[in-house]
Amino acid sequence: MKPRNIGIIGVGQTEYTTKRDDATLTEIAREATVLALEDGKIEIKDIDAVVFSLALDSLEGMESGEKWCAGAVGGYRKPFIRVHTGGTTGGSAVHAGFFHIASGLFDCILVVGAEKMGETPDAQNVLNRIFDPIYERTVAINAVNMCSFQAVRHMKKYGTSEYQMALVAVRSRKNALKNPYAHIRGEITVEDVLNSRMICYPIKLYDCCPRSTGGCAIVMASERFIRKLNKKNVAWIKGIAGCTNSYFIGDRMDGSGINDYADAEGLFLAAKGAYQMAEIKNPGKEIDFAEIYAPFTSTELAAVEALGFCERGESGIYNEKGIFNMDGRIPINPSGGVLTANPISVTALVRVAESTIQLMERAGERQVKRARTAVATGEGGSLQFYTVTVLSNRI
Amino acid sequence: MERELIFIPQAWNIKFNHAAGEVGSAFFRAIIDRKEILGRRCPVCKRVLLPPRSYCERCFVQTDEWVKVGTEGTIQAFTIVYGRFKGLPDPPYAIAYVLLNGASTSMVNFVKGVDLEDLNEALKKIKIGSRVKVVFKRKREGRITDFWYELLKETS
Repeated sequence: MKPRNIGIIGVGQTEYTTKRDDATLTEIAREATVLALEDGKIEIKDIDAVVFSLALDSLEGMESGEKWCAGAVGGYRKPFIRVHTGGTTGGSAVHAGFFHIASGLFDCILVVGAEKMGETPDAQNVLNRIFDPIYERTVAINAVNMCSFQAVRHMKKYGTSEYQMALVAVRSRKNALKNPYAHIRGEITVEDVLNSRMICYPIKLYDCCPRSTGGCAIVMASERFIRKLNKKNVAWIKGIAGCTNSYFIGDRMDGSGINDYADAEGLFLAAKGAYQMAEIKNPGKEIDFAEIYAPFTSTELAAVEALGFCERGESGIYNEKGIFNMDGRIPINPSGGVLTANPISVTALVRVAESTIQLMERAGERQVKRARTAVATGEGGSLQFYTVTVLSNRI
Repeated sequence: MERELIFIPQAWNIKFNHAAGEVGSAFFRAIIDRKEILGRRCPVCKRVLLPPRSYCERCFVQTDEWVKVGTEGTIQAFTIVYGRFKGLPDPPYAIAYVLLNGASTSMVNFVKGVDLEDLNEALKKIKIGSRVKVVFKRKREGRITDFWYELLKETS
């Protein structure tokens, strides 16, 4: 099905940091909203409805955080929904915004969210609680080691090395140096990564994302609305798809090799759907860059394979060849990616926002040279929920 | 902003009492009473699901058959945790997903009995493909920690 043409006309991001003691979650969400409205040169009265991107309440220490924030993001007397699919939240929120407009019922949607997990002493204490209380939680699984299980399977299946994982961290940090919004800035070497503290084998400290505070917002609109405003600089959404995998990780380790936890099968299927809508046949050639939700180096390796940028098992070698570097064939995470800023509630929204900034050719020092078609992903649950969004600066 | 910022401390101390449900309770009863691990077979795809589930999410049907699986199996994925996390055990500890004989899906639990102080030495023993056995706690109380995995002698 070919839906209405829908584009992004405004982006707002705060700088991502460890903590923000000068503002509450609601105020950070409002900052992002105001920035996005200013960027799109529209007013809050132009917004037909708000989609609020908020992930785990307990990371904020605030139950039903959408209730707290609705007014701050301009929801007063407007339709308002909150979206939550874990790490995928921002991607699902963008898709919800897309569906609002595609239905024909709305023309201009604000998708906004904020994250303030810097106020909880240990995010993994909360993230352990995303696991089944009957069978899994007391076995001390958390968001780090659930990705370790994927990493060791990828290493076993394809011969992927900790060195190849380290290359992802080095590239991300290097890219982040040119992103004024990035949380973690500071160049590191492969040796630094390999010698960093072991957290959950094979994931070491520098293979990990930080936990970040900050807000992000985008303004999405129908072609009709965009033409009326005579907007020229637009990131058009060419294709979207979501896919959900099994809840239990162990279901993806059944000895059959089908739906293997080593591979991001849900991402592969979501990408297939989004590429089909966007009429992309050869993603390795037709996609110019990608913003990928990968909170650990190993997660990115499986993701680029699932997105079709290389064959399964080849991502490590592609990293060695520099193909995903800024000057390579497909720059991955020009922003520095999730490894340099992970405000969970909006991390997947940031992927879309950063893709938009690139497609509008407003990325400054981090600008990708030939940025015409991008893919932005979301990943959440225990590598369970996936969203893929294909964007282009051509309608 | 001249004046010092104010902070409001809050703590969530909420106690839950989660029912394991009929299927979960039967699984734990078998562990407590007979030291048996039970899976549930899907009538459509025939997979033996562990942990046991009253439904198969792939086929979207109810499961109706209990299947006793083996107490030996093979490591499918593992990690050795050296990082310290609030509310979680003191490191180091090893966790693995094990495909027990006769089961179609892997089940997670701790791996005990391996010295984890030296990672490289531990990695020679805890590997994908290592054979392990289920070891039951003497006093079982209906918790997933009523059992854990230990390496079978042949691989240790």
